Amino acid sequence: MSRLRNPWGKPRFLVLVTVVYILWSLLPVAIAILFAFNNGRSRTTWQGFSTRWFTGQSGSVLHDPALQGSLRHTLFLGVVCVLVATPLGVALALGLQRWRGPGGGTINTVMLLPLVTPEIVMGVALLLLFLKVLPGIGLGSTAQAIGQVTFTLSYVVVIVRARLVSIGRDYEEAAADLGAPPHDQLLRVVLPLLAPAIIASAAVVFAISLDDFVVTQYLSGDASTTTVSMLLYASARAAPTPALNALATIALLITLATLGLAYLVYRRFASGDDTAAMVGVEV
Amino acid sequence: MGSRWTWRLLALPGVVWLSVFFLLAFYAVVAVAFGNQNTLSEPVPFWNPLDWNVGYMLATLENIWHGEQFLTVFVRTFVFVGLSLALSLAIGYPVAYFAARRAGRRRGLVLLLLIVPFWINYLMRMLAWINLLSPDGLGTRMLSAIGIERLFISVNLLASRGGWLEGQPFTVIMALTYGYLPFLILPLYAALDRIDQRQIEAARDLGASPAGAFLRVTLPLSRPGIVAGLVLIALPMSGDYYTPDLVSSSTQTSMIGNQIDQLTRQGSEKVTGASLTLLLAFVLLGLMFYYLRATRSADDRGDA
Repeated sequence: MSRLRNPWGKPRFLVLVTVVYILWSLLPVAIAILFAFNNGRSRTTWQGFSTRWFTGQSGSVLHDPALQGSLRHTLFLGVVCVLVATPLGVALALGLQRWRGPGGGTINTVMLLPLVTPEIVMGVALLLLFLKVLPGIGLGSTAQAIGQVTFTLSYVVVIVRARLVSIGRDYEEAAADLGAPPHDQLLRVVLPLLAPAIIASAAVVFAISLDDFVVTQYLSGDASTTTVSMLLYASARAAPTPALNALATIALLITLATLGLAYLVYRRFASGDDTAAMVGVEV
Repeated sequence: MGSRWTWRLLALPGVVWLSVFFLLAFYAVVAVAFGNQNTLSEPVPFWNPLDWNVGYMLATLENIWHGEQFLTVFVRTFVFVGLSLALSLAIGYPVAYFAARRAGRRRGLVLLLLIVPFWINYLMRMLAWINLLSPDGLGTRMLSAIGIERLFISVNLLASRGGWLEGQPFTVIMALTYGYLPFLILPLYAALDRIDQRQIEAARDLGASPAGAFLRVTLPLSRPGIVAGLVLIALPMSGDYYTPDLVSSSTQTSMIGNQIDQLTRQGSEKVTGASLTLLLAFVLLGLMFYYLRATRSADDRGDA
């Protein structure tokens, strides 16, 4: 007699599709990273291992002004975006969560719209805004930062509100019963409880800002406002050396390190809460 | 705690920000599209709806109506997006299904590997393929060695040897699929993960074959996730211009995004560009609100 069969069978076909898909999705990027370390000018023929395109004397990310400048500007925009979008989003999340009376629903919808608006529509809209309504600001770093804040704001609100829902109102009511004035309830009870969500949203904002392309390109001014994404777009087809791969590799490491670090911090502070999984799944 | 005004005050900066940089910005598109242009073909927006000039919008609509350039580009966009969506679902559904329901102890690892592409710069992922598919690239050499190149040339999906990046619609569709698939897999995973195993077991106990249980229980229960996921990737795909630019750089594969980009950011016909942007937003508006409503009702059920 044959052994009892697993009634669900072995998912051989599913395993195959999944493995092939994962290889297809990651292998090209892995090869691009590998060629960042190529000891030659080719991005298709392996000529030995070297870090010349990262730190070499000529044409490397470290010494080429265009490459280095784009990385610098990308990080600058990322930091500004985190510093503006995070507090703005946290305040908006708190305000919307406790909003009583009319207007709350409308604001809620408007707040979510940037998440689903195709970026080119936002790009054109902000471009025309800065050209026709706010020529005083004009195009350049300030406009780029404003544009990025406008659509990363929604991510902060979504993440912080999920945490607000999961912590409930018991703690702040307890604080109120014990005689804490409203601003103490907010600063000493609610904000510390929100810390993991604030850290998570800051990391997400930073990562999105670093990877953003369309809005940043539409609002760019002169060459000094070129970001890594813009440089990848402009020279991917024409790039003569693996230095572009090296630049993309550095940007990728920064993004992954930021998210990894935030995830660890989050896990430490917010055990038993599934917002961390949401950051991966919903955003 | 606090009065209702404390909370409104907290929300105020964010509300003002969104009013100026989202709502007013969007109104600027409307005012330019229904405005005029001066002799230097610089746009002159008309802010008062009573002054609106419908001339440019009418010209754009006429261009579409008479089957000229804009219609070609719109139709091509829908064909490319439609085919990419179909391909994405065909690949993404089995993968999400495996990760959510059959991966067992490896589930965490599989999920991590599915999330990673999500956080790799889109342009870097395109750069990776450009390296591979350049005439002397590793991918081009491999496709040639295993006979795929010859096969594709014989069925007219490829114009010339090593010409994968030279205006091939097939390459653009594959690139769009590659680019946006990770964003589809995660909502699919979430939807499939939520399905109660006992419902599938009940179907089997009542005599359904594995295929029958899948078709009549699992698939219908995952439908909201399928639709939401497809909408989520259809929106950015419809406004994409950088993917066709990077993997084809030919007007033969221009999408509506390329047309808008050419008229607004690169060009001086911003009024026509604004009216096209407005048309695109109008076409996609239904999808946008559908997605917001779908995710909100999921939130209300508490199982987002």
